Amino acid sequence: MLASLLRAFLVGGGICLVVQIFIDLTALTPARILTALVVLGVFLGALGLYQPLVDFAGAGASVPLPGFGNLLAQGVKEEIDASGAIGILTGGMKAASAGLTAAIFFSFIAGLLGKSRN
Amino acid sequence: MRLSLSKEQYAAFSGRMSPASPLARDLPLAFLIGGSITAVGQCFLELYSSLISDEKTAAALTSVTLIFLGILFSALNLYPRLAKYGGAGTLVPITGFSNSMASAAIEFKSEGLVTGLGAKMFVIAGPVIVYGVSASVLYGVIYYLIGRIGG
Repeated sequence: MLASLLRAFLVGGGICLVVQIFIDLTALTPARILTALVVLGVFLGALGLYQPLVDFAGAGASVPLPGFGNLLAQGVKEEIDASGAIGILTGGMKAASAGLTAAIFFSFIAGLLGKSRN
Repeated sequence: MRLSLSKEQYAAFSGRMSPASPLARDLPLAFLIGGSITAVGQCFLELYSSLISDEKTAAALTSVTLIFLGILFSALNLYPRLAKYGGAGTLVPITGFSNSMASAAIEFKSEGLVTGLGAKMFVIAGPVIVYGVSASVLYGVIYYLIGRIGG
């Protein structure tokens, strides 16, 4: 339990640290950073390089945004294996559906109830 | 006493006022805050895994929990305060993604429920989804074709 927490902390923190170096050196906007990280996650996931990190660090690798990209890639792969070509279109969203739906719905509620700071 | 500063004086002055290097301050904070958020995620993952046998459901519940917490802390205006120090540590975890949606939804509600809240929610999340899903479809095509040719 403690060992897995430490692994999650070190790997998750390490990913954020590497991204921080990029932010400080390039001044990229958050939208560009997050987009690049998700595409990187799909790429690494497709090559089978990201899943071992998830197996090792758990949430330390799945919670950072590349983990979202990896989830899309794994979802597509599994759906193609299970259902054929239609999996190309269904796999990604299917794997990400709980998170995406939650993010949209909770943000909608927050938008309705939240007060603007300005 | 002269109040105007030359460029060199200003540089020396501002250099003294700001940290030796932004990296020296930003990197430990990003590591600590980012690592803490993912460690909290790991706590939920362990909890759900002990309750549910299905690994994928436990992982999905973990994401949903963190997404919810990111949005809750955005609505309470706590996440933006943390983000001032966290940098990539607050941006990169899934909580940063959900924070970008919730804070835009709250911020642009004044422009209307459809063109404000509904549309602006995706200012950052939109491109992430567009390029992430498109990349996964490209991978799917390649993976499928390799399977057809190889198998």
